[in-house]
Amino acid sequence: MNKTIITVVGKDTVGIIAGVCTFLADRNINILDISQTIVDGYFNMMMIADMNNATVKFAEASEGLEELGNKIGVIIKCQQEDIFNSMHRI
Amino acid sequence: MINMFEVRETNEMIEKENLDVRTITLGISLLDCIDSDIDSLCDKIYKKITDKAKNLVSAGESISREFGIPIVNKRISVTPIALIGAPACKTSNDFVKIAKTLDKAAKTVGVNFLGGYSALVSKGMTPAEEMLIRSIPKALSETELVCSSVNLGSTKTGINMDAVRLMGEIIKETAYLTRESDSLGCAKLVVFCNAPDDNPFMAGAFHGVTEADSIINVGVSGPGVVKTALEKVRGENFEVLCETIKKTAFKVTRVGQLVAREASKVLNVPFGIVDLSLAPTPAIGDSVADILCEIGLEHAGAPGTTAALALLNDQVKKGGVMASSYVGGLSGAFIPVSEDQGMIDAVNAGALTLEKLEAMTCVCSVGLDMIAIPGDTKATTISGIIADEMAIGMVNQKTTAVRLIPVYGKKVGETVEFGGLLGYAPIMPVNSFSCDDFVNRTGRIPAPIHSFKN
Repeated sequence: MNKTIITVVGKDTVGIIAGVCTFLADRNINILDISQTIVDGYFNMMMIADMNNATVKFAEASEGLEELGNKIGVIIKCQQEDIFNSMHRI
Repeated sequence: MINMFEVRETNEMIEKENLDVRTITLGISLLDCIDSDIDSLCDKIYKKITDKAKNLVSAGESISREFGIPIVNKRISVTPIALIGAPACKTSNDFVKIAKTLDKAAKTVGVNFLGGYSALVSKGMTPAEEMLIRSIPKALSETELVCSSVNLGSTKTGINMDAVRLMGEIIKETAYLTRESDSLGCAKLVVFCNAPDDNPFMAGAFHGVTEADSIINVGVSGPGVVKTALEKVRGENFEVLCETIKKTAFKVTRVGQLVAREASKVLNVPFGIVDLSLAPTPAIGDSVADILCEIGLEHAGAPGTTAALALLNDQVKKGGVMASSYVGGLSGAFIPVSEDQGMIDAVNAGALTLEKLEAMTCVCSVGLDMIAIPGDTKATTISGIIADEMAIGMVNQKTTAVRLIPVYGKKVGETVEFGGLLGYAPIMPVNSFSCDDFVNRTGRIPAPIHSFKN
């Protein structure tokens, strides 16, 4: 299964997680794991999601999340898990 | 499972430390295009390139989006044109016609550069190869995206001094014909000793005759990532220093390997090699010279520079080799002057000279790269510099290269601006004592002996 890593970084505000989760639910993207922390006053969230049954293509979801991020004032990145596995796992 | 710390580390490398995949280069063999009629040859070349590479740029962009890693350049390398054009080309102008076809094909598929307007003359020149070499100035001044390279020597064959002498004149002529754009043509022309067949980097990329019909080669980068990693181990001993470089090179190369595999899958073209190079850009924080400073030098060029560079180059290879299943190309640290802000600063501070750069090329890939010299430098002097660099490559069994730009009408102290990835450079002084009588001898320098190593 190809997993997708969604990261959200920015100034903490009300409704970031809600916004992202609604976006994903609307497109039938399943969230497998969420972790969240505040680093240097900045909101940091990482989600592991399963897009295999998504109703949209990867590029579309990724662009949509970027736009959503611009709207709520955070940076949202959407990447295939492989890049992290390659770099950090032998 | 991947944790947040690891995700943050990767994304910081990409966002803050200029980690990128420098190039996906699609090598295309043109051997099956050979024809004795120049028009039908050009036709076949255009069709083959635009067919094989039609999805290259879009594949690069979609991979870039999927993994969130910039892929800066998409390029093409082709079989050395001196071989392809030999049956059809009766004059140098016929070769220029092929260059224009390559340029048109490159523009059609949207790549940044196309390499392979090349001749391999390490032992001797055929009439076609000499014609191609003589056509280089015109070809480079009348095209935009075509890059040219000439292999002048090798450890096995020695150095073809007739070709070295000719290239001194060709470089001068290219500088003159592109004088309106600060002799930019010379930035697209490189001469080699021991040129690799699978190099993905420009200007020296060509698709060697030993290669398959088409192949994907990837060049990674990441001087900024190495520099940042080293900031955390200031003052530590050499063991810690080397381990840090090795681990970082491993991570950087793994990204290249991933992108190469994906590109190979998407384009249905076999994966060739990953080139483990630290390739700087003029962007701040993307400099090999800055790594040397972080290792402990005030400026690149200070005593200790050659040792620091040797160490860096070796550790990059040691880390990278394990990260990729096939390693090739040039693989090592690049030290171009105009493309590296730290190198430019070192030259301006008076720390870095042409002679020190020459010494540095003994221990790293590639050679005297993107160095602007006065426009009135004699052709024989340029040939002399080339011969020196070729000798280093020949004796040390390594690839060396020369990409000098004798900027027409400019003198030491002036600056030349190339723009984009090519950057800008101060004009560096050249030793002006004559080597005319040496360069004007005809023939070749014999291959070196490989016993009695000293």
